[in-house]
Amino acid sequence: MSAGPVVALHDIVTRFGANLVHDGLTLEIQAGEIVALVGGSGSGKTTLLRHIIGLTRPAGGTVRLFGEGLRDGTVHERIARQRRFGVLFQQGALFSALTVGENIAFPLKELGVATDAELRDLVALKLAMVEMEPEHASLMPAELSGGMVKRAALARALALEPELLLLDEPTAGLDPDRSAAFVRLIRSLHHELGLTVVLVTHDVDTLAALATRIAVLAERRIVSFGTLEETLAQDHPFIQRFFLGEHGRNALARHGGNY
Amino acid sequence: MAEHRPGAEPAIRVAADGKVLLAGDWTLRALSTDLPDLRAQLAQVPSAARWDFTAVQRLDSFGAALLWHAWKRRWPIVEGLGEAQRRVIGRVAASSGQLRPGGARFGVVDAIILLGGALLGFRSHALGFIALFGQIFLDLAHLLRYPREWPLREVSANIHKVGVKAMPVTALVGFLIGVVLSYLSALQLKIFGADIFIVNILGLGIIRELGPVLVSVLVAGRSGSAMTAQLGVMRVTEEIDALAAMGISRSLRLVLPKVLALTLAMPLLVLWTSAVALLGGWVSARLELDLSLGFFVQTLPAVVPISNLYIGLAKGAVFGFLIALIACHFGLRVRPNTESLSVNTTASVVTAITMVILADAVFAIATRSIGVPT
Repeated sequence: MSAGPVVALHDIVTRFGANLVHDGLTLEIQAGEIVALVGGSGSGKTTLLRHIIGLTRPAGGTVRLFGEGLRDGTVHERIARQRRFGVLFQQGALFSALTVGENIAFPLKELGVATDAELRDLVALKLAMVEMEPEHASLMPAELSGGMVKRAALARALALEPELLLLDEPTAGLDPDRSAAFVRLIRSLHHELGLTVVLVTHDVDTLAALATRIAVLAERRIVSFGTLEETLAQDHPFIQRFFLGEHGRNALARHGGNY
Repeated sequence: MAEHRPGAEPAIRVAADGKVLLAGDWTLRALSTDLPDLRAQLAQVPSAARWDFTAVQRLDSFGAALLWHAWKRRWPIVEGLGEAQRRVIGRVAASSGQLRPGGARFGVVDAIILLGGALLGFRSHALGFIALFGQIFLDLAHLLRYPREWPLREVSANIHKVGVKAMPVTALVGFLIGVVLSYLSALQLKIFGADIFIVNILGLGIIRELGPVLVSVLVAGRSGSAMTAQLGVMRVTEEIDALAAMGISRSLRLVLPKVLALTLAMPLLVLWTSAVALLGGWVSARLELDLSLGFFVQTLPAVVPISNLYIGLAKGAVFGFLIALIACHFGLRVRPNTESLSVNTTASVVTAITMVILADAVFAIATRSIGVPT
């Protein structure tokens, strides 16, 4: 694929009133990686994700996606860039007035490129990709369980064949069984579609099973960016607490590591 | 990544031996720039053709779906298809045709179903409304037995919200309506030299009829919609369920304070708006007919019997009760999706205004011999 990072954050500064959230944060994510963004509550993980999507604008610094500035170019170029990534929001954010099938078809319909028959087949395909049944297409989002909402939202995020997938707490609110299944699903999609994945999580299980690299957000910047082994070798107090507390140790042990 | 479009343009070419050569990126992003042209070219390929994928660089499920439909959902003879690309097309093929197109035809049966649905819906609304109506009185009876449970804070907060805060807008609208009504009447009265009857017209019209109805329409749009939306969002966010789980009656805490507050606040709003409308009427009469304020104020009680004021205030209370009850009824029926919220808010306002006007007609008939000088 192409050289250069898919996501490049440089010197990001974010302020909420008097509260400084990010201060000179820099992070580069290469194509094909699965990067987990971890950090304490309120450390600005989701805010960082929203910067990448372009929903919020940092007070300072630059965000570059696919080698281009997030707000560069004409309106059409910006929209085209936004269609290159898919986002899974924490609550799924399915459109509650549309059925699951209509939700998944929505981005493609907006693009206006597919015929109705193709749309139906693509919806069925995306449903199959996230291991849902074709019958689920006619359900309303309110009728779905939490795990199904995430799956349907993932199918919608995949509708435009994104190169970059952004996941905000993909396994939060799922039971361990569902959560493990969802992790498997994302891993197989990553493998098959060659996606770059950025996920925000504070579940050690999820990141140990999924992430190729881990970015630790603490003290308003990235304090560590590396593989799980490299991260664990750091003796930053947050990392020690997060990974080597009782829960973290158990989770790591489950994934076969001996740390 | 320096160039704007990575990868190659999708291309299709028919070789001399009838083989179809595909090239470039067959991905959604690459295809969407020039899709109609490519579709036209795909459509011209004879169905028995052989397809060569050797030069295809990338293929995603959209490209696969496009080809699969061009192939009329049958595998043709293909060459040079990589294992990964074959899998992509295979997946599209496997899920193809699983979703049936929705039956969009509208027949006689559908019409009957629609009509029946509307009637059943009306019945369910009527039953729900009556149940809520009864619940209010049960709650009141309960509160009479346990006076400590009166939700006085909620009632007072609601009075502030629906009453005090509505005063500027009702005053503005009332004043302007008074001016217009007075101006138009004055023009006619001048012709007959019956100038002083302006007081009768304004007094009776505004105090008895226009004041209460005007305020009701404004309040239904302003506070009724807000009540429906608030209860609706509380349903969507499960706050109402949370209340129920704490053993707190939703009708006692949410519905009753709103109904009570609007029933109490509406007569006051009617009084306020009628007064301002009369003031507006006088301003206009002063300019048009040179009527002094002293004369206006003195004549008003003489030509408008006091019972008209009572009727106006009673109407205000009844209309307020109806608006709040209808707003709560629709708010509690919101299902957890955005569409239902908008439908119910609209229905709440429309129903409230319609019911107010119906009730006004009932009032007009019931009080036809009271307070009208004959």
